[in-house]
Amino acid sequence: MVITARDLTKRFGAFVAVDAISFEVRKGEIFGFLGANGAGKTTAMRMLCGLSLPSSGQATVAGYDVYRQTEQIKRSIGYMSQKFSLYEDLTVRENIRFYAGIYQLSDARIREKTAKLLQQLHMEEQEKSLVRSLPLGWKQKLAFAIAIVHDPAIVFLDEPTGGVDPMMRKEFWSTIYEASDRGITIFVTTHYMDEAEYCHRVSIMVDGRIEALDSPGRLMKRYAAGSMDDVFLQLARKASRTGA
Amino acid sequence: MRTLKFLLEKEFLQILRDPAIWRILFVMPIVQLLILPLAADYEIKNINLSVVDHDHSAYSTRLVNKITASGYFRMTDYSAGYSGSLRAIERDRADLVLEIPPQFEKTLIKENGATLFIGVNAINGVKAGLGGAYIQRIVRDYNQDVRAQWIQYPRLDPLPIIDMRYSDWYNPHMNYRYFMVPGILVMLVTMIGTSFASNNIVREIEMGTIEQINVSPIRKVHFILGKLFPFMLLALTVLTTGLVIARVVYGIVPVGHYSTIYVFASVYLLAVLGLGLLLSTYAQTQQQSMLVSSFVTMIFNLLSGLYTPIESMPGWAQVITRFNPVSYFIQVMRMVVLKGSGLSDIQPHILAVLGFAVFFNGWAILNYKKRTG
Amino acid sequence: MKQFLIFVRKEWYHIWRDKRTLLILIGMPIIQIVLYGFALTNEIKNSRIAVLDESHDPSTLALIQKIDASRYFEITRMLHSPADVEAVFRQGRTRLVIIFPLGFRGDLLHGHRAQVQLVADASDPNTANMLTNYAEAIINDYQQSLNGDQALPYQISTQIRMLYNPELKGAYNFVPGVLALVLMLVCAMMTSMSIVREKEMGSMEVILVSPLKPFRIIIAKTIPYLLVSLLNIVCILVLSVYALEVPIRGSLWLLIGESMLFTITSLSVGLLISNSAKTQQTAMFTSMMSLFLPTLLFSGFLFPVENMPLPLRVVSNVVPAKWYYIIVKSVMIKGLGPAAVWKETLILTGMTLVLLGISIRNFKIRLA
Repeated sequence: MVITARDLTKRFGAFVAVDAISFEVRKGEIFGFLGANGAGKTTAMRMLCGLSLPSSGQATVAGYDVYRQTEQIKRSIGYMSQKFSLYEDLTVRENIRFYAGIYQLSDARIREKTAKLLQQLHMEEQEKSLVRSLPLGWKQKLAFAIAIVHDPAIVFLDEPTGGVDPMMRKEFWSTIYEASDRGITIFVTTHYMDEAEYCHRVSIMVDGRIEALDSPGRLMKRYAAGSMDDVFLQLARKASRTGA
Repeated sequence: MRTLKFLLEKEFLQILRDPAIWRILFVMPIVQLLILPLAADYEIKNINLSVVDHDHSAYSTRLVNKITASGYFRMTDYSAGYSGSLRAIERDRADLVLEIPPQFEKTLIKENGATLFIGVNAINGVKAGLGGAYIQRIVRDYNQDVRAQWIQYPRLDPLPIIDMRYSDWYNPHMNYRYFMVPGILVMLVTMIGTSFASNNIVREIEMGTIEQINVSPIRKVHFILGKLFPFMLLALTVLTTGLVIARVVYGIVPVGHYSTIYVFASVYLLAVLGLGLLLSTYAQTQQQSMLVSSFVTMIFNLLSGLYTPIESMPGWAQVITRFNPVSYFIQVMRMVVLKGSGLSDIQPHILAVLGFAVFFNGWAILNYKKRTG
Repeated sequence: MKQFLIFVRKEWYHIWRDKRTLLILIGMPIIQIVLYGFALTNEIKNSRIAVLDESHDPSTLALIQKIDASRYFEITRMLHSPADVEAVFRQGRTRLVIIFPLGFRGDLLHGHRAQVQLVADASDPNTANMLTNYAEAIINDYQQSLNGDQALPYQISTQIRMLYNPELKGAYNFVPGVLALVLMLVCAMMTSMSIVREKEMGSMEVILVSPLKPFRIIIAKTIPYLLVSLLNIVCILVLSVYALEVPIRGSLWLLIGESMLFTITSLSVGLLISNSAKTQQTAMFTSMMSLFLPTLLFSGFLFPVENMPLPLRVVSNVVPAKWYYIIVKSVMIKGLGPAAVWKETLILTGMTLVLLGISIRNFKIRLA
């Protein structure tokens, strides 16, 4: 197991954002973390990444405890948020070099990685362009490549495809599969239900709780639904919290 | 340690690529140092004088001539009566009225003494105080002349006299710019340093890159240090530009060593940049951090002794100045530039500012949380 | 008219509900007046001086006591050798060293002529001048007392009257300046930001397509700030009269009237800025840069305008705050009436009309 969570809970005052969720993620899996806006999925993910301290419950990521070993966790994970978190005023090459550097890659390894990434992304000609000047889809692919530049055990993707057209999303998912093939576990939040079907397993959060967790195929069968969208609508109807 | 290298590299690239940077590094210091000292000239000269001479004697004329010849006064009004002079003061045409009474010469010689009336527009206390002092000194001088003419020293002088000798050290020509320029330079370096630093972390928050940093294994200390050094270098460059301008334009050559200035400036910058970073760890948007940092620097500058002497402030304000790093730098700058103070002279100042540096940066590191909520 | 009042009320809600901004609006003037009024003064008191007494006789002791007792001086160091003089200056805050040479009393009583040396740290020329002057007065006093009642022959005495401000308090100079600074900043910055905020949020378009006339929109937006400014004026005046003890010698109504005129000038400046600024941040910066510094520099309350080189003096004439500062000084401190300030009032009115004219014209163009 790469991630285990048991009764993981986060409270903000009286508000329970994440309510005793338990789940496990297997090695090499693409795990979809679904839910409406405000369901608590980003909060849960931030706890796993060590950005936020849980109120109660247990969780381990890559075998490290989320309370005490956050720095070790950070060494073993990659992270990509919906804002892509690239430095817009640095060039493609400089961004790669910076992030590789802060993950303690050796100089030789950084050179090798940079060359390989630029080639894979077909960005050899843009290596000296500022990230600001790239189209959104390219930024997204670059951000993902950088998130896994240090070959982490797990990569967390927080709504990585927001604002990108369907073509680009499809292309992006193919790069996710490539990473998965290399043995990197993928933990992805999304609210595009068509994307949920790309995942090996999905969990659906409603009001801070995990209402369903299984492979997309089995979920559709259980809820007698034609698509994940239907599954989601059936579950989301129970929600009392409205999206924020 | 290797992480720090990459952080520094990144900060430098970002700074050098910022289009505003050249403006800040060179244009701002040049403009400010060229205009401010011209405007901020408190040297009291050209005091407008209104004379009411009821005597019209050789003596009164000589007195008036002596006053106008001193260089401090400019005769702008010659009234027939005191009320006319008062009007000149009301209309700001005159700052000072000298009224010479009728029969001034006669009473002085025959009755052994006479009195002059002086009225000063005292709304601006400094100007009034100095104007009054100058004219009294001139009158005393004139008095000596008169006496020398009528009696012979020391035969007829059984009275003890205390002779006063003056020397004005460090700025013998009383050039106000020698006093203001080093202070303005400090203000400039401080403003640029803090506003840059306070904006920086907030910018990473707004751009979302801070999240990416927070999920990485970067240590907090490295992150803060990685921010600190580039800005320090930046501010030192501004300082250098300023010192060059001071030398080339104003002919201000420090009596002490440039190295003393740079040693102190480095410690000082650690403190103010730390303060800037601290402020930015509390702000959510650049606008907030900008408002707060400009407010803090404004108070720091006003209570720094740049414009008015610290001893003149009330007790509570003096206490504040003791916690104000800017006041230390302004003192040190003036000490080194004008008096030639060395490192051993400014040791207490260095220690105090070092204390601020540790305090602000420590607080900033503690308050910069990789975790939120 | 009813529409108009509704609009004014809406603007008022904006200000009133945003407690943080309101706090800045009301708090800033108070902090400024306290800072400038209390902390920033050039009055000399308790200046640190050092004494090198090589004579140690009853005369020097008496003189030293007399100097220490004065409110201007505080003797912080007794020096032992001439070499100490330089060191004490280099270490910091000592402003003046008084040196009594060996045999002072003997020279004074038997030779009838003794010497005192006053060494000033002239890095700050004005303070140095004032300090030597005060020291001189004390020493002269002492000399006079030695002579008893016997006056020097041919003595010219001076009677000096400090008009308007006998205690030479700094606040007399600063209060009118702070009034100008605060009104300029509050009105111009806040109006420009509030209009630009509507542009940013897109609500300006909605208002512009409404049947309200542009001129009325502008007036409605500015009226609440006029009220806030009035509150500020009252705050500052109350603080200066009761806390700083700066009297209002002229007519209070004239003073308030002139202040309202200047407020309108500042509001027009704000309108002008809002015409060109696209974001609140730009509006804020433009106001800060184009208003704060010039007002501080050229109004004449911090830096004497008459000392500036000609080009800067010319520039100072287009700064509205300069004229307002002159008016407040005349009315408030000198106690003069309208006859004394009609020229400045006219200039200020002219400036306001021009500014308002330009900004209203630009406003219409945008609508079209």
